[in-house]
Amino acid sequence: MSTTVHVQATVNGQPREGDVEARTLLVHWLRDHLGLTGTHVGCDTSTCGACTVHLNGDAVKSCTVLAAQVDGAEVTTIEGIGQEGALHPLQQSFWEEHGLQCGYCTPGMIMAAAELLDRNPEPSEHDIREALAGNLCRCTGYHNIVKAVQAAAQASPTKEEVTV
Amino acid sequence: MGAPGAEAAERTEPEGDGFVGRSLKRKEDPRLIMGRATFTDDLVLPGMLYAAIVRSPEAHARITSIDTSAAREHPGVEAVFTGEDVDVAAPCPMVWVPPGVEMRVPEHWPLARDKVGYVGQAVAVVVGRDKYGVVDAAAQVVVDYDPLPVVTDPEKALEDGAPIIHEEFGTNKVFEWSLPGGDVEAAFRDSDVVVEKRVVNHRTAGAAIEPRSVLAEWREGKLTLWSATQIPHICRVILSIQLGLSEDKIRVVAPEVGGGFGSKLQVYGEEVLACWLARKLGKPVKWTASRSEEMSTTHHGRDQIDYIRIGAKQDGTVTGIHAKIIQDCGSYHLIEGPVIPTFSACVMGGVYDFPAIQTDIVGVFTNKFTTDAIRGAGRPEATHMIELTMDELAAKLEMDPLELRRKNFITEFPSPRPHGFTYDSGDYHRTLDRCVEMLDLDAFRREQAELRERGVYRGVGFSTYVEICGLGPSRALGPDGWGMQGGYFESAQVRVHPTGSVTAYTGTSPHGQGHETGFAQIVADRLGVTPDVVEVIHGDTNTGPFGKNTYGSRSLAVGGEAIARAAEKVQDKAKRIVAHKLEAAPEDIEVSDGSFQVRGSPDKAMTLADVAGEAYIPADLPEGMEAGLDELCFYDPSNFVWPFGAHACVTEVDAETGRVDVVRYIAVDDCGPAINPLLIDGQIHGGIVHAVGQVLYEQVAYDEDGQLMTSTFVDYALPSAADVPSFETDRTETPSPTNTLGVKGVGEAATIACSPAVVASVIDALRPLGVTEIDMPLTPIRVWQAIQEGGAS
Repeated sequence: MSTTVHVQATVNGQPREGDVEARTLLVHWLRDHLGLTGTHVGCDTSTCGACTVHLNGDAVKSCTVLAAQVDGAEVTTIEGIGQEGALHPLQQSFWEEHGLQCGYCTPGMIMAAAELLDRNPEPSEHDIREALAGNLCRCTGYHNIVKAVQAAAQASPTKEEVTV
Repeated sequence: MGAPGAEAAERTEPEGDGFVGRSLKRKEDPRLIMGRATFTDDLVLPGMLYAAIVRSPEAHARITSIDTSAAREHPGVEAVFTGEDVDVAAPCPMVWVPPGVEMRVPEHWPLARDKVGYVGQAVAVVVGRDKYGVVDAAAQVVVDYDPLPVVTDPEKALEDGAPIIHEEFGTNKVFEWSLPGGDVEAAFRDSDVVVEKRVVNHRTAGAAIEPRSVLAEWREGKLTLWSATQIPHICRVILSIQLGLSEDKIRVVAPEVGGGFGSKLQVYGEEVLACWLARKLGKPVKWTASRSEEMSTTHHGRDQIDYIRIGAKQDGTVTGIHAKIIQDCGSYHLIEGPVIPTFSACVMGGVYDFPAIQTDIVGVFTNKFTTDAIRGAGRPEATHMIELTMDELAAKLEMDPLELRRKNFITEFPSPRPHGFTYDSGDYHRTLDRCVEMLDLDAFRREQAELRERGVYRGVGFSTYVEICGLGPSRALGPDGWGMQGGYFESAQVRVHPTGSVTAYTGTSPHGQGHETGFAQIVADRLGVTPDVVEVIHGDTNTGPFGKNTYGSRSLAVGGEAIARAAEKVQDKAKRIVAHKLEAAPEDIEVSDGSFQVRGSPDKAMTLADVAGEAYIPADLPEGMEAGLDELCFYDPSNFVWPFGAHACVTEVDAETGRVDVVRYIAVDDCGPAINPLLIDGQIHGGIVHAVGQVLYEQVAYDEDGQLMTSTFVDYALPSAADVPSFETDRTETPSPTNTLGVKGVGEAATIACSPAVVASVIDALRPLGVTEIDMPLTPIRVWQAIQEGGAS
């Protein structure tokens, strides 16, 4: 009944492939097939952003991308941006600024913020709030998330290289 | 004006070598920021099956037949069960049994039997090997319903001739309950002014971003349930009752839990069902809610209609307060829903010195899902109605609303209240004064006037609040008191390992609050170590003592105090060992600079590791002392704790569209001495936005047929980062005499405070347009309508 497709992609810098049911969502391929459970599902309607990953450098909501669509693409998840002892500046700043409480939205929030800082290394508070409007957090009231993104922007080594 | 001992919190780091009071970054965070944490849905067990649930599309109907044959034939399906198959020992127990009150508790089973009472009620379950396949198969279960008349309005449900939801009771009334304190009717007779008001506090959702999830395993005659729950220990007791299985055979684990806000203070049918399925099938079974299942069958909160009266003398002195609360309970109870409005009664009267206070509550069945505890649980409703009515009283008396508040603040503590409670400590003037100072009210009024000239409508609203938390004294809450069938102590065990590191077990069960950090700070100071060598373990009934878990802002005031006391027991034993080894008196040993020292002789000292070595190689312990360095505490508080504060909200209203924007928000809260200020601020920020969400955006809405109209985050609008500003916060620290830490609670405080400040700010903004009252949610259409009606009047 169901059609199987073969997916081959670079995930967190590693080649990954597998056969999946054609309707398999990217988030389920990552979580259930590749064991990358840092990407979460919160809403099923692309509203909450807990499932945000990077697809060829763009932040996407992996609950509304089919695994089949990432064939040949580069996918980066929260597990791929930093490790113990070598945290991503946003991981470090979320920790420093208490930008998380339960931590369920955090991987998606960090991935969305990382894309913002790629596009706009010196965002205003307004820029940050608008950019994160598609990522819901029920714990923090966003106050410290905004501070964390500001702190990461300050800490970013690319800051000096960018001409505004 | 300040009460003795009330010192403003130092915003700088405290002096000395202690860790308590410092804004340490959290021990919990590395695993969370790296995506390495384990939430329930992340778990996979060998041979694990997935469950999908068939749910009722009808709000009230008899089930006439269920055909599961097509679903059984679906590839990968291992079993399909309906209500009659699931032979659990007991329905969901409802644990509030108030003495002398007739309480109606319909049988609520994991799967419906014979009839359904709300949209989303579980009627069948499909179990199979494929996560997508079980959902396909569930769609092939054919259920025939014979619809019954539906009632969703609680006031209509109480009228004669309303459809009766549970025939066995002959009424939709769940219970009637009163908490009198003084003679309110006499007080109103003696008043110069009485303000009466009807306030609708609409239904909301906890809306944790992690949906509920359960994984059950039956192995070698024992059951393990991993669940996204706030209450693993309580869950085990209730599973034992419902499954007819003794507690020694049940382990409940709350792994990483992605937010709760009360919505996971529950034992849901799916938790019982997963356990039953795992035992029946001999294989692990996982079920994770979709967001639509979460919105329709994770308990809701609020949903009160409140009739409030406040009386006062002409000079503004308040004389009495009376609230009649109509609580929509939904069609069935879960573990404690009906008790929630009684927490409104606890703080009726708020921060004001009312000589007479009475609350009367009627609970009502409707064809909606269950209401139960959501962040604040009854206290936000109380603050909301009290504060908005105080504003109206001020308007009627032509008094400044802040002057009215100040005139009536309680100033003497402890303060016995007429309805039987005793407020522990407070300094209400101080928090309000600081709040007004931070706002710069005079400057705001000038700005407001200038903006009005240009047709820009800004307003400010205030809320001064007190809340009850630190649940709680078991004697007050228990079977012969409030009627809860449980104790409300908390447990802790502090275990020093042979080489001097520490594991602390807490009976609380965090889901974002930061207990691993805050509790480690408390233990570290008492044992002369750093928090990084104190591991805090929680959320597993197989480790540490039986506990009462996390809700009602109780974790620090009860669980933290238990941790402190257990650590002090360890400290006492360590001092005796040190005294014995160094030939000093135990009372001369102090913990300082990371060691146990003889007072006045810092060179004579032992580290905790030295002491642990003596305790676990017990060759030379004081006469009669047992080996080991491991202590237990069960702490049951003598009173509740009563946090308080003052909030101010500035909003701007677009009079053309009715859109409301929060421009500034100032919160000055007092939850006693800070253990970790960073965590307190985080709780305040989140609590504010939770309430702003209710005021401006969020509503669980059912239509007249009982259909849920807000079953996704597209319809149920949580505030995003773009909807709120950054916040201005400060604290005062008034210690509670209830516990040795002096702490209160903070998880719900801002949610309890916030909503009337936002509503009052909108009324203040629109007063020139004739708007004097408006019920939540303040959606653009409702605000626009209020402007039109105000302009017409």
